[in-house]
Amino acid sequence: MARIELSDLAHSYLSRPRDEEDYALKTIDLAWDDGGAYALLGASGCGKSTLLNIISGLLVPTRGKVLFDGTDMTEAPTSARNIAQVFQFPVVYDTMSVRDNLAFPLRNRRMEADYIRERVAKVSRMIGMEDQLARKARGLTADEKQKISLGRGMVREDVNAILFDEPLTVIDPHMKWELRTQLRQLHDEFGHTMIYVTHDQTEAMTFADKVVVMHDGRVVQLGTPDELFERPGHTFVGYFIGSPGMNLLDAEIDGSNAIVAGHVIPLAGHYAKPDGRTKIGIRPEFVSFTDKGGIPVNVTRVEDVGRHRIVRAELAGTPLNAVLLEQAPMLADTSHVIFPPEQIGVFVDDWRVEPQSGGAA
Amino acid sequence: MEKTRNNRAWFMVLPVLALVAFSAVIPLMTVVNYAFNDTFGNNVFFWVGVEWFEEVLGSDRMWDALQRQLIFSAAVLAIEVPLGIAVALAMPKKGIWASVCLVLMALPLLIPWNVVGTIWQVFTRIDIGLLGSTLHQLGIDFNIGQNAGAAWATVIMMDVWHWTSLVVLLAYAGLQAIPDAYYQAAKIDQAGRWAVFRYVELPKLKGVLLIAILLRFMDSFMIYTEPFVVTGGGPGSTTTFLSIDLVKMALGQFDLGPAAAFSIMYFLVILLISWIFYTIMMNLDRQERPR
Amino acid sequence: MLELRGVSKTVLGKPHIHTTDLTFQSGTMNVLLGPTLSGKTTLMRLMAGLDEPTEGTIHAHGKDVTGVKVQDRKIAMVYQQFINYPNMTVYENIASPMRLMGKSKAEMDKAVRGTADMLRLTPMLDRKPLELSGGQQQRCALARALVKDSDLVLLDEPLANLDYKLREELREEIPKIFQESGAIFVYATTEPEEALLLGGNTATLWEGRITQFGPAPEVYRNPKDAVTARVYSDPPMNFAPCSKQGNSLSFGEGIEAPADGPFATLSDGQYQAGFRPNHLRLEARSASAVPFRCTLGIAEITGSETFLHLRHGQDNWVALIHVAHHFEPGSEIDLWLEPEHVYLFDADGALVQTAAYAAAA
Repeated sequence: MARIELSDLAHSYLSRPRDEEDYALKTIDLAWDDGGAYALLGASGCGKSTLLNIISGLLVPTRGKVLFDGTDMTEAPTSARNIAQVFQFPVVYDTMSVRDNLAFPLRNRRMEADYIRERVAKVSRMIGMEDQLARKARGLTADEKQKISLGRGMVREDVNAILFDEPLTVIDPHMKWELRTQLRQLHDEFGHTMIYVTHDQTEAMTFADKVVVMHDGRVVQLGTPDELFERPGHTFVGYFIGSPGMNLLDAEIDGSNAIVAGHVIPLAGHYAKPDGRTKIGIRPEFVSFTDKGGIPVNVTRVEDVGRHRIVRAELAGTPLNAVLLEQAPMLADTSHVIFPPEQIGVFVDDWRVEPQSGGAA
Repeated sequence: MEKTRNNRAWFMVLPVLALVAFSAVIPLMTVVNYAFNDTFGNNVFFWVGVEWFEEVLGSDRMWDALQRQLIFSAAVLAIEVPLGIAVALAMPKKGIWASVCLVLMALPLLIPWNVVGTIWQVFTRIDIGLLGSTLHQLGIDFNIGQNAGAAWATVIMMDVWHWTSLVVLLAYAGLQAIPDAYYQAAKIDQAGRWAVFRYVELPKLKGVLLIAILLRFMDSFMIYTEPFVVTGGGPGSTTTFLSIDLVKMALGQFDLGPAAAFSIMYFLVILLISWIFYTIMMNLDRQERPR
Repeated sequence: MLELRGVSKTVLGKPHIHTTDLTFQSGTMNVLLGPTLSGKTTLMRLMAGLDEPTEGTIHAHGKDVTGVKVQDRKIAMVYQQFINYPNMTVYENIASPMRLMGKSKAEMDKAVRGTADMLRLTPMLDRKPLELSGGQQQRCALARALVKDSDLVLLDEPLANLDYKLREELREEIPKIFQESGAIFVYATTEPEEALLLGGNTATLWEGRITQFGPAPEVYRNPKDAVTARVYSDPPMNFAPCSKQGNSLSFGEGIEAPADGPFATLSDGQYQAGFRPNHLRLEARSASAVPFRCTLGIAEITGSETFLHLRHGQDNWVALIHVAHHFEPGSEIDLWLEPEHVYLFDADGALVQTAAYAAAA
């Protein structure tokens, strides 16, 4: 297992990139700690697959270095990196039995037969397939095949990191749960460094200790799931994490107040006069309705999602969502909202700014 | 899944049915007619039952031709299939060279059979042919008119030259359909070149290879024009394959009855072997399906 | 109005759809909710006339349309894959069904532009589908389905191949579009949350059988049986054996709750208690709350919520806690359940007593 560092990394698919637009990955500096569970989260085309291919050795970056425990691996081929990968579509050797599939990486490395037998037995127990070792891989279900590809990675004791490329894409919804939980459990028990690429925030947040959010070829935030939820560092993180995403309202900042469409909203601290396009952000979970004071909104639709309700409203033409718990009473007058000051984030040119004094929770 | 019933579609098939009746069924019936009757001209026929069949089966002539035919088909398959796979593996996967290779590969397939025969006939002549005269000057007896070994080698080389491309093209298409992830997984598992071929490429190629083998078998089993042009079935009858023998019997000797019986058996053998291939393919397909 | 009267479908002796009676009113959104292979697609193909039912008849606006070919009916279908004509522009794609119907140019132009506007495709009308993002491609397919003013629009998991966030956006748009069109919408999905968000009616499917049909929140809160409850719950509903004796409900190990309110009139005996993951809480909210001591398998934090995977006796449960909470795997946790959230099912899984909170809602 190893600590993986990406230093001043950038990649362009063009042979002679001219400006920043030509880069699929713009400057990236990241370190993945040994034994961590990480997720790379972003929409299609944000560069997350490019980054994964650079780590796995499929691509050599245009600029920058990939270090495994301090050793420069930028140009090393995939086979020299001791990584394992689980792909979007299950990759197994169809004609082999489950046992031979699991033994394959060790046989290729000319290990002793006794050692192979012992490792295969151990790994098949880990992935819960010890009863199916003699079966041909061809007839297995998608989730079983995914477990085998994972097992082929874990069977090697020297594996530096296990990479997952949207591994639940072809898994039945009711199996997604189980497989995801199992992955997480395997991580907790055996401590492999795992990097999980996905566009699904729930998968990323539940799997990882630390989530790297990517947008337009850049890392916009690296943080724990609670940090990303509570203190998004960029409006994209606010929008992308959470369902529905964060409400973002154009605002003017005046000391410790924000002014949105003529309404004064108190903030938790004193902000310097911002220089640029300013927005305030508030999670729908923290928007509450009030019958005295508050800011007037126009409710357009209420969606009952079972365990909560989503109230869709408009504040001076901008959509505003609020989430109410299942049994929370719905006020007769749902036309005024209040935002708790400590839950409001201030964003200047899409990046979060902190107050000069006081401070958000 | 059940298809929607729409009976109108059958009307579309009618013209084809009429065409097939004229081009295949009626001539076939004529052959069947000849196989069970004897005639002395003037369209007068006598029922002879299975006599012609007994005559053909009783003579060595057909058995010898069949044996030669089987050896030829087996040899051609044994060379063309591995060679075709090897060439397909060696071809570039993408870029301009991939297209160039594909065009080059397709060229032999575009040449008419008799032209191929003529090319090789000329190529192996000991007086002016490049191959024939070179070998002759090296002191090797390569006279296809006299040397049975040389005749066989030429006929097989010619077929390999003409038809390996078909296997190459099919195998190449099969290889292209393998997702990159498989190769990458194999790299991660540190699989060697042979292991990649054995466990990734070959299993994925199984389907197209069966089609290639079936096509090549049927074609080689019915081969006529090329060996006829090159060797005329000789020297002696050493390269007289089933179809050449049949033509000799029917047109050379005008033994229409035995020739008709021969044709029917020839047809049945091809049908039988194709059916066996088909069954194998279907069974494999059933196994492929996930549970 | 679309009616299925005693419709069933058997393929090669295997029943794919058991005898079904179902009525969809014009201008309604109807969601078919069920896991993969539960018969959603088969049912849709029967409705469309792509397949003929083995038994029963299908009526549109009171007229028997069984066996009438799909071409002769006003039906539109949208699939999971984005199906557009790749060599036509978005405009031509949307216009194609109208061209087939032989509409005049002016009429066509008006309809195309109107539909494109509704689906926010106006800026892309001159582009080819493959130059668009996945979400835009699916919008184009939706526009094609809507433009021809069909009586019946069938959507077979149309969002399954989209990124999480795009899915969220379109989910919000589809009910709006549907309100404007007035057709019967039938929408298949595997996700309970999607069914609730889309609103309208839900038909829950399990192994080729419609287990319940009614307004979405109604089916969600008052499931007729344990199967429906399980299908309409993500994560799945938790179950625990429970017995009623006199005036108390016993969950074993001395855990008891007063059998008051609606439970008072139940006859004594063995039941299955069912309750949703979000109703297991870390604190008691009333004096009658029942504590369960569970062993934690794993905790997953999504930012705003925490999924706890629990073991209680023989049962595997999931709890959904409304805040981010860190727990050690393997630790013992006390979780509280309010009796008002408990559904009781008999041995066959039929609902005996609905949860009190649902009856009140």
